[in-house]
This record gives sequence, C-alpha cells and structure tokens, in this order.
Amino acid sequence: MPLSKQEWLNLEKKANELRNLCLDTTYWAGSGHIGGGMSVMDIMTVCYHKYMHIKVEEPNWEDRDRFILSKGHAGIAYAPVLCDLGFNDKEMLKTFNLSGSKMGMHFDSNKVVGVDASTGSLGHGLSIGVGTALAARLLKKDYKTFVVLGDGELDEGSNWEAAMSAAHYKLTNLITFVDRNHNMIDGPTEEVMALEPLADKWEAFGFIVKKIDGNNIKELCEAIDFAYANETDKPVLILCDTVKGCGIDFIEGDFRWHYGAFDDAKYESGKKALEETYKKRVERVEKEAE
Amino acid sequence: MAGGLSYTAEQSTSLSTAEIYGQALVELAEQHPEVVALTADLAKSTKIGDFQKKFPDRFFNVGIAEQNMFGVAAGMAKAGLVPFLSTFSQFASFRSADQLHTDLCYQNVNAKVIATHSGTSFGQAGSTHHAICDLALTRSIPNLTVICPADGYETYNAVMAAYNTPGPFYIRINRGFDRVLYKDADYGFELGKAVEVHEGTDLTIIACGSCVFQALQAAEFLDNADGLKVRVLDMHTIKPIDRDAILKAVTETRRIITVEDHTVIGGLGSAVAEVVVESGKGCAFKKLGIQDEFAPIGLHEDIMSTLGIDSNGIIAAVREVMKADFEEDNDWDDEF
Repeated sequence: MPLSKQEWLNLEKKANELRNLCLDTTYWAGSGHIGGGMSVMDIMTVCYHKYMHIKVEEPNWEDRDRFILSKGHAGIAYAPVLCDLGFNDKEMLKTFNLSGSKMGMHFDSNKVVGVDASTGSLGHGLSIGVGTALAARLLKKDYKTFVVLGDGELDEGSNWEAAMSAAHYKLTNLITFVDRNHNMIDGPTEEVMALEPLADKWEAFGFIVKKIDGNNIKELCEAIDFAYANETDKPVLILCDTVKGCGIDFIEGDFRWHYGAFDDAKYESGKKALEETYKKRVERVEKEAE
Repeated sequence: MAGGLSYTAEQSTSLSTAEIYGQALVELAEQHPEVVALTADLAKSTKIGDFQKKFPDRFFNVGIAEQNMFGVAAGMAKAGLVPFLSTFSQFASFRSADQLHTDLCYQNVNAKVIATHSGTSFGQAGSTHHAICDLALTRSIPNLTVICPADGYETYNAVMAAYNTPGPFYIRINRGFDRVLYKDADYGFELGKAVEVHEGTDLTIIACGSCVFQALQAAEFLDNADGLKVRVLDMHTIKPIDRDAILKAVTETRRIITVEDHTVIGGLGSAVAEVVVESGKGCAFKKLGIQDEFAPIGLHEDIMSTLGIDSNGIIAAVREVMKADFEEDNDWDDEF
C-alpha cells in the first residue's frame, strides 16, 4: 500500500505529537531515556498508526498484531504511544517513573495496558517474538509480530540464538526492526563493542535485510510493505539507521543523551527544536510526496 | 488410580522418572491441543521422544540455546499455548536464569519447566551437570511454584497439578530411576501439602526428591533398631512450603532434620528453617545436604552416601539429634 501524501503528512503529524509527549514525559519525570526514545519514535508511529491491527477497547484481542519493544528502556517513548491510543489514561504520563506509578522506565505487561511483553533486560524480545510468531502458526492466526531491537542490545548473545531460530522456523510473520542509533550508554557502539558489518551478520543468520533511514517515515512504510509482500521463507529484518535523540538538535547523535534530564530551559529549547524538525519534515513531504 | 495413569507399579520400576514425565506429557497433549513441548537438544535425555513422534508440529527443539527456549516459551504462553520446557536442571535454572525470572515469572505466564538430571543424579557428569543450587535460585523468584517429586508417581501428579494450575512451575526430577515410594498415583497428592509417609513423634525428617525414600528407610530401621518413632514428611512442594506440617512437627516432635540432594544453603532446609524460626518455637534442627561444596563425581547413590544423605547418613544424624535434650520446657540453657 503506497503512502499517499496525506497519509504521510498525518504520520508526520502523529510522530511530532508523540515526540512532544515524549519530551513532556521526560520533563514531568525529571529525566528519562530520551535519546533512544526519540530515535525509535518513527518506527513505533508507523507500526501503530499505519500497520498494526489492534483493538483499544479489547487490548487482549487474540488476533491482534503483537508489538514487542525489546529495547524496553524506550518506555518513555512507548508510554506516549499507548496513552495517545487510549490504552492508558494520558494523565498517567505525568506519573511516569514516580513512586507508585504503573509506568516505570521498563514496562510491566501485567500493569501497563497494551504492552505485549515485559522488557527491560536486554536480549529477550526477539525470543518472545519468535514464540508469539510460532504460536500464530500453530493456532492458525494471521496476526503479525513486530519486534524492535536496540543496536546496543545486540551485544547480548541471546539475540543471535533467537535470530537463528527465527530463520530456522521460517518466521515470515515476524517483522524485526533494529533501531540502529549507533550509541549506547558508555559510548558509540563501534567503540564499545563493534557491531559492523551488521547487515551481513543478519543476512548470515538467514534474514532478508532491508537497510533504510529509520527516521524517514516513507522509507519505513516501504520497508514494512516489502516485509508484508515477502514471499520467500526468510524473515525480514529492517535495519533502521536512526539518530539518537532524533528531532531535538542539541541532543542528537550524542551518546550522553542515552538518559538525561530536562530542566525548564532545556525543555523550552527542546520544544522549539521539535517544532523546527516538524517544519522541515513537512517541507520534505511537500517536496518528495508522490 | 487418579488421573488416568496407565502404567502399573511394576512398570514404574522399569521406567525412569523422566520417562514417566514423558508419558504424562503425551497424556496431557492428547487431551489439550494447546500443550506444546520445547527442549534444547535434550529430547532424548529428557524423555520427551514420544511427544515428538506423536505431535511433531507441537514439538520445538531450539538447539542448545536455553535462553532462547525460555523466551520463545514465554511468547507462546502469552499467545495462549501451554509450553512444557524440558532440559537439565542446571541449565533450566542458572543458564537461563534471567529469562526464567523475567520472561516466565515476572510476566507470570502459564509455562512449565521440567528440569531433569537434578541434584547429583547425573553424578558421573560432574559439577557442570549437577544442579545443587537450583532450588535456592528458583525458590526465590516470585510467582514460581517449585516442586521436587519423590518418585515417578509423584512426578506424574506434579505434572498434572502444574497443568491444572495457572502460572509458571519449576519441577525438578532426577536422571534415571528413582526408588518407588508410592504404590500408585492415588495417595492424595496436593500441591503445597506435605505427605506423611511414616508416622512418628520423636523426631521429624523433612525430605524431598530422592531423599524421601532414604528417609523412609532410615525411619523403618530406627523403629526396629532403636525403638524410635520418626515421622517422615515428603515435602514435594518447596514453594509454597507447607507451613502447617512444619509447625505441627515442631510442636509434636521438637526435633527436625531436613534432607535434600542440594546445597544446605537456600534449599529445602533453609525453607523449613525460615518457618521454624519465624514461629518463635524452639526446635532441635539439622540440615542434611551438600555442605557448601561441589559434589564429588560418581554414581548417584555413591554420591548420596558420601554426602550423608542416604539412609545411613540419615540414621546417624537422627541418633545425634536425639541426644539433644529438647524437652517441652522453658529452660533454654540445656538445649543446643
């Protein structure tokens, strides 16, 4: 399904709203994993607002598409997505990370409505996704499983166990994203523990790799369309080249913003930066839309 | 006979405990299409080959990748299947500890871990394949029910109870044959309730797994040789522990010995001790098990003998504890 100009604009608008809510949540909480939250936001926006079949009024609908945020620390970005959809009250965002809140940094799937897996400990999500994808096959369900991995978390060997099994079981109902924002807590990924050549690694593990700009909504849609149209027996991995902190210029690409705090001044600058980003993105749509 | 168990007492001596698990799993799978089996290259060793043959589409060998197996099982359970995971106890607990903790227990999914080759039952394989700390680890994880059955019949009952009770289970069974304790499966197995397999008022032995049979032998011997009436409790459910049975033993026998094929730190003995201490009631107490060391290599029965968790070791421990003056009085000076 090709992306119409209006649809693209709508998705940009939604991504911008969600980025703003992510910044708000970080500000309300005092701090948060905003770097990786901003890098993954376009992936989540496109999945939830263009592709996934879900029922907000029936969160455990057994035919729903599954979304597993393996990089669970991006809860600060996932919270706005789930609250904006109506799975949870938007007021809950103001309690994020606060004592007694249902929403901590990493979500408990038994507490936060709409969450398909409790993640946070890295290297778990793809295995769980393999499980839900295998279950779909066995139960003769058409749902798809979307798994989002961080790039830093790929250091965990369990991902590669899971990758091997996804290919072994020919899980074409599983769509895996890597949010390749090039940074982790202690520094750039290539300095801490080199991942490249990352696409080759996934290909060697039996995936079809689609390498895209993961902060480009059009490219994301094209990649997911490609995965939907996949008629081979190999699972698709969408390697999303992203920018850590994407949308807020003064934190972009800086590993130190893996987790950070926003005071009043920074918050105001962040809001302005997001406004600028949105303007540029709309201009791009006007120029590039078919 | 409860639960449609189709083999006889004679067969139970010709089938290893894991083979009985394998049969129970097939029986469950025949009745419940949502039951699936996973293993990590140990289908043969964990005796789920029959399941594999009868239900190839519901059998998943993920290769030697325990962490992935636990995550996959969690995903399956989240989608409505009931996964049974079979691998060696050491790998089912320590190798995949984070996945057991987070994917199964934190998410509180309906998945059942059948951990074989527990304790020192894979004796000759050495400490890499002994599971002497798994009870300490699993017992401490919220939401997880932990069972250590005493024989094949109890394993059957435990597997059925696990299926019938929502939530994650860790059932720890031995490699090879267990001495048969029960004459059939119909002896009133109840999750979280100890079975009194020998009556007594002088002292209580609380045991689990292969140590229950040894404790029973010791009790029978002591009755004949010393005229001692030793109560033996089969504490199959390690968590939730049967507090009532323990407190009754404290009150009625004032002497307790725990026996387990596991380190004495954090396992059955610790679980019993916690209940005794919290009760505020005095009680002579001794923990038999592995005394904070790695076990030697050898046949299971030889290792048990070396560790003092066979009937001879238990008899010696009972005689020692019986020497303690622990009458029902308030004079604490003469008690140890």
